[in-house]
Amino acid sequence: MSLFETARKIYPRRVKGTFRSLKWLSMIVLLGIYYAAPWLRWDRGPHVPDQAILVDLVGQRGYFFGIEIWPQEVYLLVGVLILAAIGLFFATALLGRVWCGYACPQTVWTDLFVWVERFVQGDRNARRKLDESAWTLEKLWKKTLTHLIWLLIGAVTGGAWVFYFNDAPTLFSDLWHLDVSWSVLGWIIALTLSTYFMAGFARENVCTYMCPYARFQSAMFDKDTLIITYEAERGEPRGKHKKGESWDGKGHCIDCDSCVIVCPMGIDIRDGLQMQCISCGLCIDACNSVMDKIELPRGLIRYDTESNQRQRRDGYRTLDIAHRKSGKTVVPQQKMRWVRPRTVAYALILSTVGSLMLTAIVLRPMTELTVNHARAPQFVRLSDGSVRNDYQIKILNKSHDDRAYHLSTQGLPQARLEVLAAGDETVETLHVPANSVASFRVRVDTPEATTHGRSDIRFLLSDTQNPAQNSAQNSGKTPESARHDSYFIR
Amino acid sequence: MSDAPEPHKDIDSHSGVETTGHEWDGLKELNNPAPRWWLIVWMLTIVWAIGYWVVYPSWPTLTGHTKGIAGWTQYDKLKHEQAEITQRQSGWLGKFHKASFAEIKQDPVLFEFARAGGEVVFKENCAACHGAGGEGRRGYPNLNDDDWLFGGTAEDIYNTINVGSHSTHPNTHAVAMPAFGAVMGREGMLTPAQIDDVATYVSYLRQPVASEAFTRGQAVFQQNCVSCHGEGGIGNRQMGAPRLNDAIWLYGGDKATLVQTITKGRAGVMPSWQSRMSDDSRRQVAIYVHSLGGGE
Ligand code: SF4
Ligand code: SF4
Repeated sequence: MSLFETARKIYPRRVKGTFRSLKWLSMIVLLGIYYAAPWLRWDRGPHVPDQAILVDLVGQRGYFFGIEIWPQEVYLLVGVLILAAIGLFFATALLGRVWCGYACPQTVWTDLFVWVERFVQGDRNARRKLDESAWTLEKLWKKTLTHLIWLLIGAVTGGAWVFYFNDAPTLFSDLWHLDVSWSVLGWIIALTLSTYFMAGFARENVCTYMCPYARFQSAMFDKDTLIITYEAERGEPRGKHKKGESWDGKGHCIDCDSCVIVCPMGIDIRDGLQMQCISCGLCIDACNSVMDKIELPRGLIRYDTESNQRQRRDGYRTLDIAHRKSGKTVVPQQKMRWVRPRTVAYALILSTVGSLMLTAIVLRPMTELTVNHARAPQFVRLSDGSVRNDYQIKILNKSHDDRAYHLSTQGLPQARLEVLAAGDETVETLHVPANSVASFRVRVDTPEATTHGRSDIRFLLSDTQNPAQNSAQNSGKTPESARHDSYFIR
Repeated sequence: MSDAPEPHKDIDSHSGVETTGHEWDGLKELNNPAPRWWLIVWMLTIVWAIGYWVVYPSWPTLTGHTKGIAGWTQYDKLKHEQAEITQRQSGWLGKFHKASFAEIKQDPVLFEFARAGGEVVFKENCAACHGAGGEGRRGYPNLNDDDWLFGGTAEDIYNTINVGSHSTHPNTHAVAMPAFGAVMGREGMLTPAQIDDVATYVSYLRQPVASEAFTRGQAVFQQNCVSCHGEGGIGNRQMGAPRLNDAIWLYGGDKATLVQTITKGRAGVMPSWQSRMSDDSRRQVAIYVHSLGGGE
């Protein structure tokens, strides 16, 4: 009995087929997007970066093509996260673990690393032999070369990530001249090493032990979700088969282990659906080529739904032996039920959140006003009996030009408004530079006769230079409500 | 490590997993070993912890605590950071030091610097009496309103901070409201009836009414109070005598309080801050208080 178990190293064998090609394709497309995206330009006018996708940590802005995110708008990020989560659920309900099999970075980079390993050290058996052999010069250079290429890919990955946080061409030339800050260098090193370890060593263990999604994805499955299945009814009893032998009393699985050998997760899909299976489809490709070789119909391992499988199993039992042997009718056409309560619900949530976000982005004003009532003191009685309230107001000017705003109040007709600021700022023209936030202290005095209890007032802000243009964007005024205290005191 | 199963292994028939051989009431324990990498990570954290003990102060000893080879302490870190802040401020402080109140008011950045610094000093030193927002309370003036006993310009405020009121400073504001009633065996300057009348007069100063008490009180006021509080109660800054015809009362404007004030007198105390704060801090507080809204 051992308390701790060494992880078994997996040597997945090369495989060819539809799903392998799909995986290559998705790898090329995804990595292409990842590496190219920071280099796209987007003209936003002067004083603003022209990188299409940029997280500007220093300037506290996020840029995504035509969309500009301010720190005040990080709630949009919540929307994005909801979209991502529901999108994942939606895809899972429709197609099973497509994300895991084809799009997850862990899968994609592991795939790439395994490809490198195979390229340098050869396929499954060669790799295994190399690992078991004593250290020779050949082993040394092959191992060294593999790890060097891995590190190089890791570095390029880390490098590409930092481009999302800096102007890409500038950073690239700085990197070329070795003239970058320690934080940039630190991130590159950290991401290089994490890619190297995650894709080079941790591999399937990440999916099995670390990934939370693998644990709860089964909650999104139902009988109509596409999963990778082994058709036991057709395959069993499995056994070796010689050419020309009769298939009588035998299942179609010849126990060649091809499906096990190619599996990057090191599992046997014939044991049924397992948590480790990332639905990459490589075992399908492997088994299909075996079936081709022994001239039996494809699809012993296949993408299928639980309902289909059950239906076929029931149908299979009713087939006579002759039919079974011909193999032709063994695989009835599979049916997909795409429209189900679950998928409809996900689609509804997706489109609702999506359109809400779109509306929020399109309709968000170029100017925002926030008003905070001073807490201590709540209000002040002046010597002539009138009541003074203090407010801290913040004006966000999201436009790309300097603006001056006119502040006024609604609700207390005789209120006198005054701004407390150095210099000669007045409430008629509050200057806010382009693309920035300014805060002012404003006091509102109301004569004794009009003060009783608490009244609600509204602050209105309008752009003094071009109220017309402004009104097109945010209906001329940005109102903000506030409380106005004026209890009578003695 | 070999994959071949050993001969007398007890395999659980449901899960296909080997058992440990332990059995309780027919329940067998499955042998599912934890992964080796997990063990390694765990050991690394132990090594890390030991390294941490060596490098940083961590263990209590009889006389204090282990020092750690890095010599790191929170105090050093604080000192370092404070030095950095002072360094950063020194540029502005130099400018602030030379500028007059008027110049500061014209320079938005310098003004903000002074105000922010003054706010911190205020919260540390003045808030105990005047409230966190300078709102004051009974006997402690509200610094947000427009009533000032000794003047409300930044210079006046600065002066008051320096000299205090009834403080140890040689030039302190020192005029007090005397007790007009009989206190501690001493005969009163005014009779209780007179005090009541003058209290009535004062409480109606803002909206005079024609009543007998008001007229009687007016006469008492003319004789005893005008010298300090002025004709009609307009107040006197030189003396620090408050205005009585406005809506602001330091001790309360209801009649009972007025009677008490006249009978027993008042003398507010504020310490002098000249020796307790740097001049820059005092000037910063003056600007902060002036900016609260009631400054003149
Ligand atoms: S069982 Fe098949 S689909 Fe699942 S991970 Fe292994 S190869 Fe991929
Ligand atoms: S590849 Fe197909 S035939 Fe070979 S063992 Fe797997 S299921 Fe059986």
